[in-house]
Amino acid sequence: MKRTTKSISWKLDKGVVELALHREPCNEIGSVTLTELERFVAALPELEREAHALIIFSEMKAGFCAGADLRELFLRSEELAPLEASVQVRDFLERIHAVMNAIDSCSLTTIAAVHGVTFGGGFELALACDLIVADKLARFCFPELRLGLIPGFGGVPRLRRDLGNSVVRDLLLTGRSINATKGGQIGLVSQVAGEGEALRAARSTAAQIGKFDRYTAATAKRFIKPIPYDQLRAEVEIFCDLFARPAVRAGLRKFVESTDKQPYLP
Amino acid sequence: MRTQEHTLDEILTLAAAHFKVSREKLNPDDDFFKALGIDSLQTLDLLTKLENHFHVELPDYELQGVTDFRTLAQRIQSRL
Repeated sequence: MKRTTKSISWKLDKGVVELALHREPCNEIGSVTLTELERFVAALPELEREAHALIIFSEMKAGFCAGADLRELFLRSEELAPLEASVQVRDFLERIHAVMNAIDSCSLTTIAAVHGVTFGGGFELALACDLIVADKLARFCFPELRLGLIPGFGGVPRLRRDLGNSVVRDLLLTGRSINATKGGQIGLVSQVAGEGEALRAARSTAAQIGKFDRYTAATAKRFIKPIPYDQLRAEVEIFCDLFARPAVRAGLRKFVESTDKQPYLP
Repeated sequence: MRTQEHTLDEILTLAAAHFKVSREKLNPDDDFFKALGIDSLQTLDLLTKLENHFHVELPDYELQGVTDFRTLAQRIQSRL
């Protein structure tokens, strides 16, 4: 079984679902990718009946995912009156939260196999998974504060759930990126793989997971991984409040129009 | 104790090997974007390579505006 759309594709093979991200240049999540991710999570219940694991990975050389499509966000916000733009942003957030919650809570054991840039919404997608297997050149970052925003895809509540407040403060308030080795040291990354080896390591892990009773694995996951719904709701409200400020449009414009050689640096 | 010149030499060797550029063509004051033919995302690979090699953490903001190998070596040296 294989399904391919513009930005993503997925297949089921030997009890493992593999969701591949393949949108140039680095899987930025805009309206097209969101719609396709919604189709994927709509298909999840059927896949869950036949699978024990889900691997999410990127086919793009630059990395796993550079986060939200800021260019699309900027252009949309320029086209629309501020109030209408805010309505659309809230709608986008509600939809992406539904996708992330579905991945976070699905009964499969989920593995993000990441390499390269794993920033913003891409980091948040990885955090929705149960395990992160990272290529040693992977980097993780929450760069949103430089735009006058906080991460909006549920990453902060999930990182706080998994690692605690001090790690969130470090990454969120400095905007610095960390590598996979550091991620392993702080418990973010469960396995560090060699260059180009993250997907192989994730497949090996998925095969191991397949040896366990599926009902027991799903029960264990529900027990150990509560979804922080209250904090996720609060995040949407804070994001929308911040988005209404003029500083955000200025930040988006600066990013989109930047000729800086290192626009990804905070 | 590793000297700054030693650090600089290791950076040039590592960068040449990773981006498949002749080591002899790289000079300490070169703009590494031009010398290596890399973009901003590839500089993150270089940063990670250097962090792993020297066992240091280099916050991105300390590299803002850094474009030459010599200054890069200074930043790393300050973290050793």
